[in-house]
This record gives sequence, structure tokens and C-alpha cells, in this order.
Amino acid sequence: MMYPDSFQVSTPSDREIQVTRVFDAPRALVFEAFTKAELVRKWLLGPPGWTMPVCEIDLRVGGTYRYLWRQEADGKEMGIGGVFREIIAPRLLVATEQFDEAWYAGEALDTTIFAEEGSTTRMTITVLYESIEARDTAKRSGMEHGMAASYMRVEELLLSLLAA
Amino acid sequence: MELKNNIHPSAERLNATFAALSDATRRAILARLAQGEATVSELAAPFAMTQPAISKHLKVLESAGLIVRERDAQRRPSRLNAAPLAEATQWLAEYRQFWTSSFARLDGLLEELKDTRKKNKKHKHKHKKHHKEVPR
Repeated sequence: MMYPDSFQVSTPSDREIQVTRVFDAPRALVFEAFTKAELVRKWLLGPPGWTMPVCEIDLRVGGTYRYLWRQEADGKEMGIGGVFREIIAPRLLVATEQFDEAWYAGEALDTTIFAEEGSTTRMTITVLYESIEARDTAKRSGMEHGMAASYMRVEELLLSLLAA
Repeated sequence: MELKNNIHPSAERLNATFAALSDATRRAILARLAQGEATVSELAAPFAMTQPAISKHLKVLESAGLIVRERDAQRRPSRLNAAPLAEATQWLAEYRQFWTSSFARLDGLLEELKDTRKKNKKHKHKHKKHHKEVPR
């Protein structure tokens, strides 16, 4: 069994984006697939045409991870990295997240929960974007509201605007 | 996960688009402008807001490139500029696509891992049995 329809993107709060998906595998195995570099690099590749030349994971609190993707067609690259804050195998991972070239200000905090649902495992990643107010870097008007909420509402808005 | 390097010339521009769209009033203004151009007073009417307050929002939208304002006309009507919106939409579609593709691949990998471990278990089991049968 596979559960592609269990995939959902939502916004639990103004500053959070949540991605969830159910996998037909025991929790320990799913956890491994998310935390062992040699496994992660086999699947966290996005659409066809992308490769993952760098995938390093030092799975311990205070340890870092580093991912780099490359689009083979034009050589464009996209990198991301962070530090593990909390690890409770096989059910919880908390890590910071910072894109090399971020569209949001500051860091984000990723909380990944692996929950057993019968013989399957539900993985839920919640990305908490740093509060803009908390950083005095951004006095820019328009940044007062959560980027995450904007992200989802924008999707609806854009679709309606483009349809108009 | 974001793929803007792939599709967007400027992360700053995308950032500006999302920042501008993070406010409910500004989204409502854009929705109104999707129907056609409008002046500040026309835009202020449906909101419990002063015209200067609306003007501030228009400035944000304008500097993000989401609207264009007539320079010469005294009414200075605002018009929607769809290009950055289309880019943002594409970005969002790519975000979903990144996960959808990755998770489909992970489904396959997990199946492989399950199979491999089952075989290994069987193998170990056999091995154990065999071991027991070996006379000491």
C-alpha cells in the first residue's frame, strides 16, 4: 500500500507550515530514511532532473546537516543546512533550517514527528518561521504578519486572481 | 523546500511578493483590482480605513511590483500587475511538487528496505538454525 493522498500542506498558525504524509512502513524504518544520509540522498530529490551531490547528517544534538541539490540541466544549485536541537529516535526530530538563499528572513525551526498509525507511520514536518518582530532586522512594512499564513492564503488568492 | 533558483531570477523579488501578500487588506485590495483598476477612494470604500492608510498599503504593493499606479492622472488609479503573482504561484506549485516527487520515491525506497530486511531476517534465522544443528 502507498498513501500519496495522505499528503497535505497546511498552516497551523501564522508562522507555521505543516507537511504531512503517511508511509507504509514501521516507524523505525521511516525514521532511518529521514536521518541516514545514505538513505536520504536516495529519495529527497524533488522533481526529476535534480541530484543531491551533498547530503551530510551528523545525527546528534548540536550536530549539523547539510543538503545541496543541483539541477543537472543548467547546473543551478540550492543548499540548505541547520543544527539538530532535539532527537528522540524514532519519534521526534527538531532542527534549525536555513536556506543558502532564503525567501524568508532569519532561520526556521523544523519539528518532525513520526507517529505510529497501525502498521503505518505518519510523518509530520512543521516549519516554524522566525518571528519577524523578534528580529529587529525587519522594520520593513509588510513583514508584520506571518510568512507562513501568507504562503497558504496567497495560493488561494493567486489562483483566483489568475482565473479572473 | 524551495526551488526559486530554478525558476526565479530573484529571491528578493519573491520575498517582496510574499511579504506584500502577508496582509489581509492588501490581499483584498489585489482581489478588488483583479476586477479592474481603481482609485484610492474607491479602494478605501469597502474597508473601515482612511485613504492615507490605504495609500500606505498601495505603496507596499507598488514597491513589490504587484500593482502599477498611473503617474500622470490626478486620480492615480491602481492596476494589477500579474507577472510577480504568476511567479509566486509557480513557486508554490514547485514546493508541492518537490515533496510529492520526493515522497513517491521514499515509498519505493521503504518497500525495498522492508524486503531487504525481511530477507536478512530469514537469512539470519536460517543461519541460527544451522548454527544450532552444528554439533559441538
